[in-house]
Amino acid sequence: MSNIDSYEKRLENFDWSIAEKELDYKDGDDINIGWYCSDRICEMGKANKPALIWEGLGGVEKEFTFNDVRLRSNTIASFLKNLGINTEDRVCLFMDKIPELYIGFVGILKLGAVAQPLFSAFGDESLHVRLDNAQTTAIITQRKHVSKVRKILDQMPYLKHIILVDYDGSKPLREREVAFNMEETELVEDFKSHPTKAESSSVLHYTSGTTGQPKGVKHVHYSLISQYLTTKWVLDLQENDIYWCTADPGWVTGTSYGIIGPWSLGITQCVLDTGFSAESWYKFIEKRKITMWYSAPTAIRSLMKAGEDVIKQYDLTSLRHLASVGEPLNAEAVIWSEKVFGKAFLDTYWQTETGSMMLTNYPGMKIKPGSMGKPFPGITATILDTKTFEPINETGKPGLIGFKPDWPAMMRTYWRNEETYQKKFENGWYLPGDRAYIDQEGYYWFIGRDDDVINTGGHLVSPFEVESALLEHEAVAESAVVAKPDDVNMEVVKAFVTLKPGFEANDDMELKIMNFIRKKLSPLAMPQEIEYRESLPKTRSGKIMRRVLHAQEWGEEIGDISTLEDD
Amino acid sequence: MENMKEVILEYVIEEYCDEENDDVTFDTPLISGGIVDSFSMVSLKRFLENKYNISIPDADASPEAFDTVEKIELLVKRFLK
Repeated sequence: MSNIDSYEKRLENFDWSIAEKELDYKDGDDINIGWYCSDRICEMGKANKPALIWEGLGGVEKEFTFNDVRLRSNTIASFLKNLGINTEDRVCLFMDKIPELYIGFVGILKLGAVAQPLFSAFGDESLHVRLDNAQTTAIITQRKHVSKVRKILDQMPYLKHIILVDYDGSKPLREREVAFNMEETELVEDFKSHPTKAESSSVLHYTSGTTGQPKGVKHVHYSLISQYLTTKWVLDLQENDIYWCTADPGWVTGTSYGIIGPWSLGITQCVLDTGFSAESWYKFIEKRKITMWYSAPTAIRSLMKAGEDVIKQYDLTSLRHLASVGEPLNAEAVIWSEKVFGKAFLDTYWQTETGSMMLTNYPGMKIKPGSMGKPFPGITATILDTKTFEPINETGKPGLIGFKPDWPAMMRTYWRNEETYQKKFENGWYLPGDRAYIDQEGYYWFIGRDDDVINTGGHLVSPFEVESALLEHEAVAESAVVAKPDDVNMEVVKAFVTLKPGFEANDDMELKIMNFIRKKLSPLAMPQEIEYRESLPKTRSGKIMRRVLHAQEWGEEIGDISTLEDD
Repeated sequence: MENMKEVILEYVIEEYCDEENDDVTFDTPLISGGIVDSFSMVSLKRFLENKYNISIPDADASPEAFDTVEKIELLVKRFLK
């Protein structure tokens, strides 16, 4: 039987206190996610149960029990404390998916500091913008990524410590650098987790918007309540499950459901820290006997592309439950997974700001392939009129998705940007920025974003950020960035540019510009295509009309162009 | 003609590695080894197409075909006229 049993029954008299009781938490108590993910599980008698089974390059394998996680997170917390890191200081995790990332996250929270995970493929400018906004005190990283930190170090007087987890002594440490080897440092048996409260800051994830710089989404320790319960009811994690969340903890799925959810439930999870290939993923499932697999539509579509023959080479019968997140899961992928795995991927909808699942499909509930599912119990959701922000009572009519605040994992603000945070609410509803409609049976159906943000492979990219970076290239005079349809990633970045006099519009220049953005921002932000133009469509006041270019890419009606400069 | 493998290796090191992980060889896993991610693969493909004046269809540009410099050389040679 599934944990949720019956969705309909769970809706009756639902209260978040269900999770509070299971976690032995009462209003006003201390609540520290780090402690809940390690010490508490050990106290429950699961100290020797595997918490993390990790595989890296070259077949390297490591295994950590919950007691290992407890001791090593104690050790990390103690090390940070001795460096002078204080409660609420921001500590950035800038690493590949290595064990230090997962256990370091727990250690930072135990100390009462704020964990700031950042995707390790970020270039130096993307890194700088985010560290600068957070005024980060320390960064934990690897040798392979430290050069990006060194490059911007002079601009970051607030960054006091650069902690290298794999320092091998071959080259001298540089300014502000310190070595910390998690597996060789003497273990700290006792470390009293900081008595954080429900509203104490816990995690700072960065997300992109249409305009302005990336925003730091502030979460608090009370987020555990809904992360715990959604993991239990939607991902349906049970005592003997072997769980695999493919998300990188540089993004919110990788922390909410790649660390907090499974470990607060005392579940064994596996991590594969190698690049993607269909063979390596199926081999991992077979070898580790994965039972619950939480992945993303882009990965699923890549697996579809790899074909069915490769699936037949592996025994994947251990799989009992599959779910997906990051972007809309198309109906074809749901039908395909049911055919080849015997189970459908259940789509889950939420975002960095919501912290936990909002609209989802549930074990036992009828699946409508392509639908986002229904609101999680305790979540009041609706579709709002785009102008009045009043709920639309008519089924099938498109509008903006709205959620009634508050649920436990709701973001508390944008870091040092309360003004933008307030703009996310209209008429008492939180607006995630997506459009959808509800059918007669109460299922939600995704239509699209309500802004220009590009969702590529489940990651949001700000067109503004890419356009600004493009203008820093010596050859680029003007730029406009839009989403381009893509079979695997749903959308990819496409740039339209005009060049300065003296620069030639050719293939080599395109590659130079692509690589410039890849290194400066990230591979995700790199335009997959650059189109040269003599001029870009602008309003008479000189503003570039991105929507005209977007419509051209998607074969849509351009709409009102009465304000176009010349047409 | 320049040694193709050398040219590709040099480009990979120059563009995708830094001083701490520049020990890449002809058979180092690039994609499955996390040195070149799926998004960056597009720029590597573009480099090959520009350099050798070829067009590699998307269907052939799989992570497996791009996984080592040796495999990339084989792929490029398939499309050289």
